[in-house]
Amino acid sequence: MAEFLQLFVNGLAVGCIYGLVALGFVLIYKAGEVVNFAQGELVMLGAFVAFTFVVQFGLNYWVGLALAMVTMAIFGGLLDMIVVRRIIGQPQFSTVMLTIGIGVVMRSAAAMVWGPETRSLPTPFDAATFRFGGVVLSAVYLSILATTALLGLILFGFFRFSRVGTAMQAASQNQLAAYCMGIPVKRMLSGVWALSAAVATIAGVLLAPINLIDTNLGAVGLKAFAAAVIGGFGSIPGAVLGGILIGLIDLFSGVYLPQGFKDIASYIVLLVVLVVCPQGLFGAVGRKKV
Amino acid sequence: MRFIFKTRYDQDIGLFPHRGTVFWYSLLSVALVAAPFLIAPYYLGELSFLFIWSLAGLSLMVLAGYAGLISIGHAAFLGIGAYVHVYLIHRGVPLLPSMLSAGAAAAAAGVVIGVPAIRMRGIYLAIATLAFSAIAQEVFVRWEALTGGSRGVAVPKAQFFGWSLEGEVGFYYLCLSVLVVCILAILNLLRAPTGRAWIAIRDSEIAAQSMGVNLAGYKTLAFAVSAFLAGLAGALFAHKVGYLTPDIFTPVLSIQLLMLVMVGGVGSIHGAIFGAIFLVLLPTVIALLRDYLPAGIAQQPALEPGIYGVILVLVVLLEPLGLNGLWRKIKFFFWQFPMYKSETFKRQKTYMRTERLQ
Repeated sequence: MAEFLQLFVNGLAVGCIYGLVALGFVLIYKAGEVVNFAQGELVMLGAFVAFTFVVQFGLNYWVGLALAMVTMAIFGGLLDMIVVRRIIGQPQFSTVMLTIGIGVVMRSAAAMVWGPETRSLPTPFDAATFRFGGVVLSAVYLSILATTALLGLILFGFFRFSRVGTAMQAASQNQLAAYCMGIPVKRMLSGVWALSAAVATIAGVLLAPINLIDTNLGAVGLKAFAAAVIGGFGSIPGAVLGGILIGLIDLFSGVYLPQGFKDIASYIVLLVVLVVCPQGLFGAVGRKKV
Repeated sequence: MRFIFKTRYDQDIGLFPHRGTVFWYSLLSVALVAAPFLIAPYYLGELSFLFIWSLAGLSLMVLAGYAGLISIGHAAFLGIGAYVHVYLIHRGVPLLPSMLSAGAAAAAAGVVIGVPAIRMRGIYLAIATLAFSAIAQEVFVRWEALTGGSRGVAVPKAQFFGWSLEGEVGFYYLCLSVLVVCILAILNLLRAPTGRAWIAIRDSEIAAQSMGVNLAGYKTLAFAVSAFLAGLAGALFAHKVGYLTPDIFTPVLSIQLLMLVMVGGVGSIHGAIFGAIFLVLLPTVIALLRDYLPAGIAQQPALEPGIYGVILVLVVLLEPLGLNGLWRKIKFFFWQFPMYKSETFKRQKTYMRTERLQ
C-alpha cells in the first residue's frame, strides 16, 4: 500500500509537469490553431536558460527562475512575431512542418551553446523529505504539485479577471469578431506564445531535478502531446488532467507491467482513447458546419 | 511560349502533357539504364539510395501530399517492411514474393492505423501515427524472434531467380525497376477516380463527402497504398544497409521523410524525387561547407540537424511548394520569357481556415 501511495504521489507530480507542457500546447493551439511541435524544445531551452542563470551566473534560484521566464517569454513572443505569424491561414501540414523545423533548430542550437553533457540544476528543495506513515515524500515532488496548483490558479485568475486575459480568450474564440471589437489580435497571439514559453520554462525547471537537463529533454513534449490529445486539445483543465493521467500510467506501468511497457503504455492508452472517442475525453464532438 | 491545344478528352488524363516531355523522359530513362556502364560503383550505390529514398518519399507523398493525411510515424511502416522481408528471406522465400509480402504486411499495419484514423482529423491523426511508431519501435526491440532485438539482424544479399545481386549493378537495376513500376502505378491511381477522390478529400473533406466520396474507404485505401510502398522501400533499404537494428526506424527517420516531402514539394510526384535528391546530396554539401566555416561551428556535430531545420523553416515560409514549385517557376519563366511576372505565383492571403467547431 505504501508503495502504491508513493508511486501515486510521484506519478501525480510527473503528470503535473506533463500537464504544464500540455497546457502550453493548448494555449497556443486555442489562440492560433498552430500545433506547436516545438513545445518540448521550449521546455528544454527554458531549463537550459534557468541553468545558465542559476549555476553559471550564480544567481539566487528564484531570481534565476524569474529571469529565465522573462527571457523565454520574450523569445516565445519574438518567435511568433518573426516566424510563426506568417504561416497562419496556411494548410495544417505547413504549420506542422514549420514547428517541427523550429524544434530541430532549437535543439541543435542548444547542443551548440551548452554542449551535449547532462547538467543538473540544484533547487532549494533537494535534500528535504517528509514522512507520512510509510510514505516518503521528497520536497521536490511536493514543490511540483504546489507549483502546478498555484500556476493553475494564477492562469485561471488571469484568463477570468484580467483585461488582457479576456482579450486573449476573445481572440482565440473568434479572431474576426475580436478584431472588430478593437482587440489587437496579432499582439494577443504573440502574448499567448510568450505566456506559453514562460509556462514551458517552469515545466523545464520543475523537470530538471527529476530528469536532469540535456538536449533530449524535449522528448517530454511527446508525452505532453499524448496528454493534450487525451484532454481534447482545446480544454485547459483537460490538458492538466490528461497530463496527470499520463504521468500515473507512466509510473505504474513501469512497476506493475512487464519490462518495455513503461515507454509505450501511455501511447497505447492514447490510441485507445482516440479510437473510442476521437476528439479526446474533453473535446467537443461534432462536425464543422459549412 | 507553348500553348497546349486540347482536342480530345484523353489529353486531360494523358501521362505526358506534350511531346517535349516524352522526349525528355525517354532521354532520362536511357541515361538511367546506361548509368552502370558510365559511372563508378560508388556513385551507383548512391543512386540506389536515391531510388530507395524516392520510393519512401513517394509513399509519404501519396498520404500527405495527395490524401492530405499527415503521418509522423512513417518510419514504422518502413521498419515493418524491412523486418518482414528479412525474416522471409532468411526462411528461403524468393526475393519478389518476399518483397510483396513485406509490402502487404506494412499495408495491413497501415489499415490497422487507418481504420481508427477515419474518425480522426488533422492533428489527432498525426499524433496517432506518432504513437503508433513509438509502439512499433518498442516492438522491434522486444520481439527478438522476428527482429533480433536490439542486437539487430544481418541481411543476406538479394537473390533474383537464383541470380545473385551481389554487386552494385544488379541492385541498382532492382531499385530502379521497383521505383519506376511504383511511380507508374501511382500515376495511374492518381488520374483514376481514386486519386481524384484523395485530392478532393485533401482540399475539402466536407465538399468531398457531399459529392459522394466514401471518406472512410478512401482514407483507409490511402493508408494501405502508402504503407505498401513504404514496406517495399523498407525491404530495399534492408538490403542496402545490410544490417537492421531498431534504432534505424526512429522518429528522426519519419521527420526526414516529412522533410523530403516538404522540401521536394507537397502534392507532386516530382517533389518526391527532388526531395530525395536533396536528402542524399545535403550531407555531402554540409561536409564541404564545414571546410569554410569557422572551426568553432564547423566541428559541432549538431550542425547538420541545425541546417536541416533551418532549411525546413525557410522552405515552409518562402517556397511552400518546395523544389518542385521552384522548378515550375523556372520553367514558367522561360515559357513566358519576356512576360514573366512574379505575381503569378503570389501566395494568396487567406483567412484562418479553422478546423474547430464553433
